[in-house]
Amino acid sequence: MERPYDVGPDDKVHPGDPVTVDRYTPAARINHWITAASLVLLALSGLALFHPSLFFLTGLFGGGETTRAIHPWIGVVLFFGFLGLFLRFWRANLWRGEDGTWMRRLSDVLRGHEENVPEVGKYNAGQKLYFWTMSVLIIIMIGSGVVLWDQYFAEYTSVGQKRAAVLIHAVGAVVSICVWIVHVYAAIWVRGTIRAMVKGSVTGGWAWRHHRKWLRELVTGKRDDQGSGAKPAE
Amino acid sequence: MYPPLPNPSVQPSAMQYGQEDLVRRSASTVPTPPRQLTPVAKLIDVSKCIGCKACQVACLEWNDMREEVGVNTGVYENPHDLTPASFTLMRFTEWENGETGNLEWLIRKDGCMHCGDPGCLKACPAPGAIVQYSNGIVDFVKENCIGCGYCVKGCPFNIPRISKVDHKAYKCTLCSDRVAVGQGPACAKACPTQAIVFGPKEDMIQHANARIEDLKSRGFQNAGLYDPPGVGGTHVMYVLHHADKPEIYADLPKDPKISPVVELWKGLTKYAGLTAIASFVGIGFLHHIVSGANRVSAEDERNAKRLTENQPGGG
Ligand code: HEM
Ligand code: SF4
Repeated sequence: MERPYDVGPDDKVHPGDPVTVDRYTPAARINHWITAASLVLLALSGLALFHPSLFFLTGLFGGGETTRAIHPWIGVVLFFGFLGLFLRFWRANLWRGEDGTWMRRLSDVLRGHEENVPEVGKYNAGQKLYFWTMSVLIIIMIGSGVVLWDQYFAEYTSVGQKRAAVLIHAVGAVVSICVWIVHVYAAIWVRGTIRAMVKGSVTGGWAWRHHRKWLRELVTGKRDDQGSGAKPAE
Repeated sequence: MYPPLPNPSVQPSAMQYGQEDLVRRSASTVPTPPRQLTPVAKLIDVSKCIGCKACQVACLEWNDMREEVGVNTGVYENPHDLTPASFTLMRFTEWENGETGNLEWLIRKDGCMHCGDPGCLKACPAPGAIVQYSNGIVDFVKENCIGCGYCVKGCPFNIPRISKVDHKAYKCTLCSDRVAVGQGPACAKACPTQAIVFGPKEDMIQHANARIEDLKSRGFQNAGLYDPPGVGGTHVMYVLHHADKPEIYADLPKDPKISPVVELWKGLTKYAGLTAIASFVGIGFLHHIVSGANRVSAEDERNAKRLTENQPGGG
């Protein structure tokens, strides 16, 4: 029997009170938190150089020189960290028919009316969009970051290319940070989400409310495409 | 002839200017200085230079720098580019003058131009790593430099170099330490032909004008002064015999200005960037206040339980 695209090999329902659902393996969680930590450290060390009013942030890294030296190395950690996440999660983030509808009814989601949007799999359209946006942004950031990494790569590019890179890197950083704020906010706003990345599991109610298609797939052990009474009218 | 720089007194003398004379300081602001120092300038008369490199040597000597023994690639430039040790470099160009059919050997002393509006200073993220005095000297302050290389991107003349040893930026200081005690730059002192002269900028312009007139009388109709307005004028100026084509002198830019990319990076991006980040945080707070937490209800849990118990397709 083939696994649905969005169901991970270790996603599993545990009946009980409440029902719990395994969402992330310990390895996936460690991978996620390494990536998250490096992104935060990159944002802090980068912002320190971004604007004079934030230069004091270099104090967190032991001064301006160490901030300059360490930032690109954290970037390397981020890159490989994210690569790990990408390889784990890309299939579950493939765009599906219901995602367009979900996106168009985003205002319902934001108002807490999830009953008005289609049932979604392991990830909703917003999460998928975050996944793909970050994938592109991280390639942009590592690409432009390496051009700026004078300590090792100064010889390989012209001053004109370095100027373009620093502008792209700065704009990319702002976009990444804004997109990341949305990601963190969503995890806080939708209660019960953070435990997925901390404990690795969510409650059945959380899965029912936010990722019902995924829950159905897990329960039935196969893709549930005949729909059910709980589905809202299209 | 412009009077040569006097030999210094052997008595120690006090600095004639200091921190209170700063008009710009990277990534920070300075109080308005109590006085305006006389703007100074170094004038390099390309037509008088014989390419002896005494200035290059004097520069290394005064700044206590050494170059490694290099390799000969068949050109006179030595070293092949500015380096963290060589703040100045003679650049040699063989140029065929189409009008006269003459081969002209152009020699230009390259180095920091001490811009009125310095791109390096604009780009620098480290408070106080680059400073500008009211006499026009743009200086790097090593203690504050973090070695990020932003000044390299900011500079319209491609001058600063980052040391691979201590990861600090280096460039010509216009011998700010010598000027502060009433002397002139080491290169000007060493020049045997008076091709390099130093003094108040106004005097230098006057002196240049006399030189230009002389050059014109010898058939160099396009002789002129290089003091590009696009960077707010410079405190290192050239007398060029072909001032209409500065680029023939080893790519001296015709109309240098701070790159628009750098302006955008250091201008709009910073303000729009910080505003965007703050707005996203603000929107998050507002949304949470307005719509409250998105909580799983007891009903949701019951539905999940029912689904898992009477599969498939409960609810
Ligand atoms: C992925 C690999 C990355 C590499 C190799 C990299 C490299 C660099 C380098 C070399 C610089 C110049 C200063 C320095 O040498 O420290 C820089 C600046 C900066 N980086 Fe990164 N970086 C990366 C990722 C990121 C990420 C993910 C962010 C933000 C979330 C970020 C934010 C910044 C910011 C804000 C600056 C300052 C830009 C400015 O001054 O306008 N970087 N980065
Ligand atoms: S390398 Fe030093 S002087 Fe140049 S921009 Fe960076 S901190 Fe400023």
